[in-house]
Amino acid sequence: MTAAMTTERPVTQAADVLTIRDLKAYYINDLFGVRREVRAVDGISLTVRRNEIYGIAGESSSGKTSLIKTIAGAIRPPMRVVDGSVSFDFGGKHIDVYAEPGKMKAARWQNLSYIMQGSMSVLNPVRRIKHAFNNFAFRHMGLDRAAFRARVESHLQKLGLDPNVLEAFPHQLSGGMRQRVTIALATVCEPEFIIADEPTTALDVLVQQDVLGLIKEVQERLGSSVVFVTHDMSVHAAITDRLAIMYAGRLAEEAPTQAMFDTPQHPYTAHLIASLPRIGDISTRKSLGGKPPSLANPPSGCRFHPRCPIAIDRCSKEVPDMLPSAIGGRVACFRAGEVAVK
Amino acid sequence: MSHLLELDHVTKRYPVGGLFSRQSIKAVDDVSFALDADRPEIFAIVGESGSGKSTMAKMILGNEVPDGGRLVFDGLDIGTIRSREQREAFMAKVQPVFQNPFEAFNPLTPVDAYLFATAHRFCGANDQSHKERLTDEALQRVGLSLAEIKGRFSHELSGGQLQRVAVARALIPSPKLIVADEPVSMVDASLRMSIVNLFRALRDELKVSIIYITHDLATAYYISDRVIIMQKGVVIESGDARTVLDNPTHPYSIALKNAVLPPDPKAAAAAIRLRSAAAAR
Repeated sequence: MTAAMTTERPVTQAADVLTIRDLKAYYINDLFGVRREVRAVDGISLTVRRNEIYGIAGESSSGKTSLIKTIAGAIRPPMRVVDGSVSFDFGGKHIDVYAEPGKMKAARWQNLSYIMQGSMSVLNPVRRIKHAFNNFAFRHMGLDRAAFRARVESHLQKLGLDPNVLEAFPHQLSGGMRQRVTIALATVCEPEFIIADEPTTALDVLVQQDVLGLIKEVQERLGSSVVFVTHDMSVHAAITDRLAIMYAGRLAEEAPTQAMFDTPQHPYTAHLIASLPRIGDISTRKSLGGKPPSLANPPSGCRFHPRCPIAIDRCSKEVPDMLPSAIGGRVACFRAGEVAVK
Repeated sequence: MSHLLELDHVTKRYPVGGLFSRQSIKAVDDVSFALDADRPEIFAIVGESGSGKSTMAKMILGNEVPDGGRLVFDGLDIGTIRSREQREAFMAKVQPVFQNPFEAFNPLTPVDAYLFATAHRFCGANDQSHKERLTDEALQRVGLSLAEIKGRFSHELSGGQLQRVAVARALIPSPKLIVADEPVSMVDASLRMSIVNLFRALRDELKVSIIYITHDLATAYYISDRVIIMQKGVVIESGDARTVLDNPTHPYSIALKNAVLPPDPKAAAAAIRLRSAAAAR
């Protein structure tokens, strides 16, 4: 029981499901001779293992959503992948998202699914919930109508939802119920890889906890990998196994969640953790000054240096590489580990 | 001892159902509390959505009329305000800060226009230099300046900056009370503390009382002096913030406290498991 209480589960097979190499995806506008590039994803490499929850944290406009759209192969102009590769390995089935575009379509929903932010805008407000299931999942399941319906109903029951919600309209459900429906929608095909984009951001605290518990439970039952994106570090603490911090289109740090909360290596991570309020502690929490950098015109060198409390000259000139860190992860900082967290 | 704001058995009902239905739900049910005039404080109203906390804010701002009971601000019953002069004098003393700064400011209007309009309306500033001086003073208080904001649109500022502009706007008429309805829930977690610390500074330096409405117990614990916890329109627990939140007694307040995810992976994962185990039972 005690082993199950911790977030560190022994990962038996550490095979990588997702491998991203030096990915660069820019929003490029080239109109009337004026070229504007927004470097939303700028040289990111990471791997996601089988059966783990991988968290991505960062401020708004740090490129989190652009990164996961690129992972899902769901990008549209003006966004373009400039360099690098995204490849999946679904139990021996290799898919390189940008080299072979056709393959991704077959894998979508069957192998890879997406829990989206804002459940109200995912579900069509004028159609019943059952139509959402038909539209999203029916063609990927290869079942006839009756069997599909039975499968969806049993899946909803497993998630603690009454099958009657299929006949409801989205506005008849509460926010928490709707978010559960979108989770059911994303997991009905039992995919190996789930992307969750801010699934709890608009929810009340009690409902948030239920939804997190549900995602964790589904992940454990299916043994799938989840990429979990949110700006809220306490949500990451609750659910993720490994955590990556994004800042201005690049990774700042990546490490096992527990180790990162114990001894953050990057000053930005240290700040994020130190600024969390805790019940039972009223000492003043400092907030980071300055504002998030513009991705159209990012600062030179390390992009965090204008706001960094321990920046040195070198930080504004050179770009730090992602190097192995002292806590078993990777960090991009010349002064890694030098900032202490209170 | 005089009261800045006094709520005396305030009740608000909303009718539900069709035109001829007589059913109604009590959004706020018999709530009473008072803020002292001499001692500025941060007063937190905590609850989930549907607990009536936003209805409370609307009534305190004078946007909704209570069905029972009285709200008295500075000796004036809010329900008796009739003339425009009285209403404007009241609005100058009680100012709101809303949840989502990106919705509070029209994206097609520069944000400084709102500040100038507030200066014109409540402080009688007619010429541009007077408006700019008042606006700049208020922006300095929140750690910004007019030079940074002038001519900017809401999408050019970060959520944290924009919310600080919203607070600066509320400060222009030198209010006695600020009603902040979920002011940090739409702001990034990393920028949240800058807003929360700002409220503390306003209380200590400008002696402004703040009604802080939230569902997040962690920030409520961090800044507030007194707290009331609401469930379905009823106040279920109230008192000194530290005392109440350290030892909540009502089952709902305990559930709310447990729902606050601790910023520690082991404890947070345990909290989630506890909650799902309780739900399964």
